Order: sequence, then structure tokens, then C-alpha cells
Amino acid sequence: MATTISNDQVLLTIPMRPDMELAAAQLASVIAESMSFSEEQIEEIQVALIESCINAFEHSQSPDRQVIIKYIMRTDGLEFEISDQGVGFSPENRTQRRTSKPDLHPEMRKRGWGLEIIHALMDSVDIMSGENGTTISMVKSKTV
Amino acid sequence: MANKLDIQIRAERQYAVLETAGYLNDALGEKLSKKALELIEKGYTQLVINLDKTALINSIGISILIEIIEALEEREGTLNFCGLSATQERTFRMMAIAKYAGIFPDEKTAIANF
Repeated sequence: MATTISNDQVLLTIPMRPDMELAAAQLASVIAESMSFSEEQIEEIQVALIESCINAFEHSQSPDRQVIIKYIMRTDGLEFEISDQGVGFSPENRTQRRTSKPDLHPEMRKRGWGLEIIHALMDSVDIMSGENGTTISMVKSKTV
Repeated sequence: MANKLDIQIRAERQYAVLETAGYLNDALGEKLSKKALELIEKGYTQLVINLDKTALINSIGISILIEIIEALEEREGTLNFCGLSATQERTFRMMAIAKYAGIFPDEKTAIANF
């Protein structure tokens, strides 16, 4: 359920269920469009948000099985805080989902791309993780 | 947001095109992988994956695409992508997919470049 917590912030809580990351991405699209982000920027935001949610779904082991997303509309851009109350994780120690055959080409590996994609698509990314959960803060700037 | 998953296949003598529609996640990725592996088993070694109707792809979906590239490599085959958005193409290049598969703007060009 999305809640407006002030004139410039929206809060969304999603359950850790398949495709719920799309709900977060769609709300981001609506907000970013209202702020006149370009189509390409909106897609970048959506992909980064999807990867952040999937990261929480797969690694947090959160007992409440929920992810809370705060959308903060700033004058200079759009900020997101994606939080879970799980066990935390180390970016250096992350593993990823489905495993299959070993990679044929190490540079085209099949695992561990989520955070790199987020960093590549957003203008700033900060990850705070501890025993009370993880929060990924990321900003898309309104630059031309 | 409705996520209608679909895969259309157009198999010709020399090549086959798989066109996806919907969010390319693990669910659609697994369906796509199954179809692609069936085509490879039938002897197709030149495949096009048309992503024009897939607006969003997640990293799990991409990992499945890499498996298809690897399966084709084992048969000395080729995979060409087309219909990617600018963001998708950027992500594919970052993940080195562009080194092992072709990326083309449209289906006609992807087919012409086998």
C-alpha cells in the first residue's frame, strides 16, 4: 500500500512475493514522470529499483517478509530508500540466486550483477547493512 | 501492473526468432530458455531473441539469457539480440554479453548478420 507521508514523500510497503518489485517500479515511473524525468532515466530508475527489491527478497531473510520503499521527491532529483529488516549482507560476500553450470566466460558471469547494475544506473548509491536490516539509498539526479 | 508473459517463435530453415513479451524475470526467462533449448536440440544454431516487447529485464532474466548464449556456443552457434532499449543495451554491454552475442536494432538486421 502506498502512503503519502508528506508533500514530497511516498511510502510503499511490498511483500516479498514474486513480481512485487514491479509494483515498486511502476510507482517510481509515475513519480519520475511527474517530475519530468526522461523516458530513459525512468527506465534506469525502474531497473535499479527492481534490483534493489530483488536483493532484499533473496538475501535479507527478513522475518516480516516485507520491503519498505520511500520515494523522496527533491528539487534536484528523486531519492529512494529501500529497506528490509533482515540479517544484513556484505556486498563483498553476496551470492546470487539460481546457480547453474559454471560460467563459460568469467567476464560474462551469471551471478552477482545486481549491485553493479544499481551503481551503473543511479547517480549515487549508499548501502547500510547490519544485524537490523539493510537500507539501500539511491538518487537519480535531475540533470539534463 | 499486469505482467503478461509470452513467447512467439518464428522458425525458418536457417534460423529461428524468439520474441518475448512482458517482464523478463525468472518466470519468463525459464520459458524462454526451454523454448531456445528445444530449438537448439532440433539443430538450430542461429537464434534471434527479439526483446522489443519486453520493457523491463532483471538480472535473473539476464543470467538465463547468458545460459542460452553458452548453450549455443557449445554447438558453435550464434545468438543475436534485437529490440533492446538504450538501458538494456548499456546493461548488456556492461555484462560483456555484447562480446559473445550480437546486438542489433531490429529483427531484419539481426537475421542479416548471422
